[in-house]
Amino acid sequence: MVQPQQALPEARSDLRNGETPMNFKALNAAVVICGALVCSGAGAKELTIGFSQIGSESGWRAAETTVSKAEAKKRNINFKIADAQQKQENQIRAIRSFIAQGVDAIFLAPVVATGWNAVLREAKEAKIPVVLLDRDIDPSGKDLYLTAVTSDSVHEGKVAGEWLVKAVGSKSCNVVELQGTVGASVAANRKKGFEQGIAGHANLKIVRSQTGDFTRAKGKEVMESFIKADGGGKSICAVYAHNDDMMVGAIQAMKEAGLKPGSDVLTVSIDAVPDIFKAMAAGEANATVELTPDMAGPAFDAIIAYKAKGTTPPKWIQTASKLYTGADNPQAVYESKKDLGY
Amino acid sequence: MPRKAVSFVLPRLGMPQIVALIIIFAINSFLSPHFLELRVQDGRLFGSLVDVFNRGAPVALLALGMAPIIAMRGIDLSVGAVMAIAGAIAASLADSHALGFVLVCALGAGLMCGLWNGVLVALLGMQPIVATLILMVAGRGVAQLITEGRIVTFANTDLAWLGSGSLLGLPTPIVLTLAMLVLTLLVVRGSALGLLIEATGGNSRASALAGVGTRVITIAVYAWCGLCAALAGIVAAADIMGADANNAGLWLELDAILAVVIGGTSLLGGRFSLVLAVLGALIIQAMNTGILLSGFPPEMNLIVKAIVVLAVLLAQSPRLAGLGLLLRRRRP
Repeated sequence: MVQPQQALPEARSDLRNGETPMNFKALNAAVVICGALVCSGAGAKELTIGFSQIGSESGWRAAETTVSKAEAKKRNINFKIADAQQKQENQIRAIRSFIAQGVDAIFLAPVVATGWNAVLREAKEAKIPVVLLDRDIDPSGKDLYLTAVTSDSVHEGKVAGEWLVKAVGSKSCNVVELQGTVGASVAANRKKGFEQGIAGHANLKIVRSQTGDFTRAKGKEVMESFIKADGGGKSICAVYAHNDDMMVGAIQAMKEAGLKPGSDVLTVSIDAVPDIFKAMAAGEANATVELTPDMAGPAFDAIIAYKAKGTTPPKWIQTASKLYTGADNPQAVYESKKDLGY
Repeated sequence: MPRKAVSFVLPRLGMPQIVALIIIFAINSFLSPHFLELRVQDGRLFGSLVDVFNRGAPVALLALGMAPIIAMRGIDLSVGAVMAIAGAIAASLADSHALGFVLVCALGAGLMCGLWNGVLVALLGMQPIVATLILMVAGRGVAQLITEGRIVTFANTDLAWLGSGSLLGLPTPIVLTLAMLVLTLLVVRGSALGLLIEATGGNSRASALAGVGTRVITIAVYAWCGLCAALAGIVAAADIMGADANNAGLWLELDAILAVVIGGTSLLGGRFSLVLAVLGALIIQAMNTGILLSGFPPEMNLIVKAIVVLAVLLAQSPRLAGLGLLLRRRRP
């Protein structure tokens, strides 16, 4: 359906140049027929969706791109990805070009929360629905997009906290916390959620909390200092890390200090990257809460329903925060995740 | 004459740094009673004090390369990115090649990066801050290309030993840093090279006219810095048994410059001290470790760090020393 629209302006410009219009009409018709043939071959109207992705900021982001490509293929969607290299101006340019191409929908993983209203209004005027993936934008743009598919990072922290409450039972437990980057909303939310999860259980106490900047190296360094400040780490009963990478570093620090993570010290972290499953399979990690890389799947379904039946999805589609433990066959999960690009 | 023999002579140069380190150690052991505790764990020394030296090793290695450059009135902003490149190369090759080959490739890459910077500065006459900014930005991209944006992990225990193993009861990074310090000292101070570097930094044109091969020396000094940065990158990657191109060495160029400056080397060039630059790196790390041990909320980290750095630099300020002298003289 898109192809004839693209062909028309070309034909018109050529008309202005005084060339024979007949050939172009014929060409136009041919394009329409071709388009129709492709469509009937596919069984249904093929959707074209443009996705403005942030760029390679993390392994999770790479996995999200891989998974969304696979999900698009499953649904027979013509999926175009524009890599913004972490720059908002690139994302705005990509959205404008998607609008010019007349795509059926635009997915946007916004690199920042503000500054989207102008370009999203252009999309709205062109009647192209926009779906936000993974991150939300400033509330002033609420009516400019169709829906946002994101994970609830407070809920993730809560799931982690609730698992620890169950795992510990009634014995008293000193928890140390490795926070994400200071000032990152994810870090603040995962901290809040965890505190909600363990609220009302006086036997669990967060004794130390420091930032590990979401990295393995800092996670290891901070955990080393926690162990030493505690005089060997004997009274640390559990570690909670705001992401798996810091936990992988912390596990190394514990092993080097002669502690046994996974048995002496319980571990729970968030993200579910492949390497934490490797540690889990080796009995060195206990639990992780998944931040699913499949944000595009629910977004595709929402767009398909919206296009076919006109169903308006809810303003916020929350992805599941699935808990994985050693009982979930970590080796198999590792194998399934290791090639996603994490 | 006899008086001189008995008086306990403290080195005039480096007093502020040594005092600062001792004060920070004292504060740390006040904040965390276990700070000075040492024990042997799996055949190596274990304790917060060891951590300060161990975690400070990458920045100390960077400072060893950075100090001569700053003495030449230059600067190298690319060392963090070079760390990421070397780490990425080492981690990608570790499981398929012998350790020697891995090290040669990673160190070679660092050397090439340093040569590139040196050529831009010495032959093309670019401002060092601009010339090295190019690699600072592009280098991280190169590292991300090598790792394809993922964290590349390896299982090669020989390479891991460089980061988390031990030698003579000390963590390997400490031994490596000491060895590099001694080697750099021998090369720079054992010959006239140090003097030539300082001469070039003091007045490049006059030195060239006096027959100093300023271009060759400049290129060599940048290449050495690249090599040191590559070694730091290998140590950092070996430590976590993986290369994290997005974060390895991120902002460490600033810590390295700070370490050199805390070590009393002037950004205007002309003189430098390798030992004090390493001491500067230890001061920064002692501070970081102290903050981690203290249990302060992490929002305080940067403020505490800034205050301590300010205090150390103020203690070195000649103007401030002059002011103190003036006040003392005024007293009857």
